[in-house]
Amino acid sequence: MSSLGSAGAAWTAEDTIDVLPAKDGNEIQNYMINFGPQHPAAHGVLRLVMELDGEIIERCDPHIGLLHRGTEKLIEYKTYLQALPYMDRLDYVSPMCMEHSYVLAVEKLAGIEVPLRAKYIRTMFAEITRILNHILNTTAHAMDVGAMTPMLWLFEEREKLMEFYERVSGARFHAAWFRPGGVHQDLPAGMLEDIAAWCDGFPRLLDEFQGLVADNRIFKQRNVDIGVISKDDAINWGFTGPCIRASGVAWDLRKAQPYDAYHLVDFNVPVSNDGDCYARFMVRMEEMRESVKIIRQCVRDMPAGPHITENRKVAPPSRREMKRSMEALIHHFKLYTEGLHVPAGEAYVATESPKGEFGIYLVADGTNKPWRCHIRATGMAHLQAMDFLCKGHLLADAPAVLGSLDIVFGEVDR
Amino acid sequence: MTALLRSAKSLLLLEFVSGLWLTLRYVFRPKATLNYPYEKGPVSPRFRGEHALRRYPNGEERCIACKLCEAVCPAQAITIEAEPRADGSRRTTRYDIDMTKCIYCGLCQEACPVDAIVETPNFEFSVETREELIYTKDKLLANGEKWERAIAANIAADAEYR
Repeated sequence: MSSLGSAGAAWTAEDTIDVLPAKDGNEIQNYMINFGPQHPAAHGVLRLVMELDGEIIERCDPHIGLLHRGTEKLIEYKTYLQALPYMDRLDYVSPMCMEHSYVLAVEKLAGIEVPLRAKYIRTMFAEITRILNHILNTTAHAMDVGAMTPMLWLFEEREKLMEFYERVSGARFHAAWFRPGGVHQDLPAGMLEDIAAWCDGFPRLLDEFQGLVADNRIFKQRNVDIGVISKDDAINWGFTGPCIRASGVAWDLRKAQPYDAYHLVDFNVPVSNDGDCYARFMVRMEEMRESVKIIRQCVRDMPAGPHITENRKVAPPSRREMKRSMEALIHHFKLYTEGLHVPAGEAYVATESPKGEFGIYLVADGTNKPWRCHIRATGMAHLQAMDFLCKGHLLADAPAVLGSLDIVFGEVDR
Repeated sequence: MTALLRSAKSLLLLEFVSGLWLTLRYVFRPKATLNYPYEKGPVSPRFRGEHALRRYPNGEERCIACKLCEAVCPAQAITIEAEPRADGSRRTTRYDIDMTKCIYCGLCQEACPVDAIVETPNFEFSVETREELIYTKDKLLANGEKWERAIAANIAADAEYR
């Protein structure tokens, strides 16, 4: 990647000449401002308390908790099935990936076998979700630094992806579609063909977007060498996902510890060595292309078979069966009142969500409710590094850094 | 040579020219926007919108007050009270859904063994006060009557997958 001159990356207070020395020996104090919580570039309800020296950020202190809903505690009072819709509302930009970690954790605890078709379906929709998330992030990042058009264009593609969501689950966002043991309902007829057709058109649009934004000198001036984080620092700050890959660490949970059907598909992991905002943007752009590759393979290799486990202690029977068989009706009633019982134990499952490692740590005590559910939020670790990344930069660079970290508050505040 | 090429590109503002050319082409492409509320996007048979209580074709209420929906509702938005009717059949005397609590997860319609509580394809039910969002049994049954054709068509279309 080419590198243009930085716009004040290395500036500190020492580099400036004081043309108006303070009179009477009074010192001029740095001043503090609130960036957010109602700032259009703050990506949700983030409040950054910034200490500024002129236009240079001396200290940047993220204040979180404005969207805290107590999800972890709420889940302790819900059955395993009831807790599932709450997962969608964590990172509301990539809902199915949040469900993914949760259902994998429940499956690991309860030892549930998942049919191959369900694995492929979940992999495919996890990648659709990744594109959904990255479209929002890359275009919003472009908008944060002044480019409005890509957001308007690519939202059409997001609309198409949300239509896929709606066709399989009935909701455009909060799908509640991944279930322990598979997915709730099978793909409707014609779905795979439509997804394949979408895959054919999307890369061309991505090229247009990249040509419009990534080569643009204004975009480069705002992003290249801004918010640089080295390989070691990225590891020490707990970065994951595209943010750590942009710093030169080839770490991807889909490759490192494949779950579902990821060991059956062929894809590459985009890595960059620059570690700046531009690198993080470009890594996401490449990831979208890889996701299209994975979706194509899933469409091609999608096997026939059940979409959810046949184990009736885990997944409810179909409506047809429930209407005819007494045993099925009993299973139906048991599952929707008590829910599934998970043997005592604990499990941590992390998946590669679009933002990075998203983990669910479940402690089960043998009842129908989790004893404890800890959510390892990706954005939390990234947000901690805001001070590190912003120090010495201009105030105008803060939205670029924030945009490149891809922070969503549903997940950070939980 | 590459440096020369790059400075020539930079001087001629080539990336701006190509970007503007792209936007110009977009001006002549068909519009992607819909003229809502006169045009609406497609809605699948699985869509989860406003709730409704259904009746059988002979006019009898479907709901048998088994309270599965009340039990499964993660947001605890459903309140049911029931007692035997004069003819001895078990019916609800109260069926309230607090639409401000509802998270539209669809678990109630999944749990319902008689397809009584369903989520209709209607997504335009905004009101001006919170009180109007506490749906009573009458309101839900009225919704059912209003949307029955769409609901029945959707259930028929999705029957294979349920």
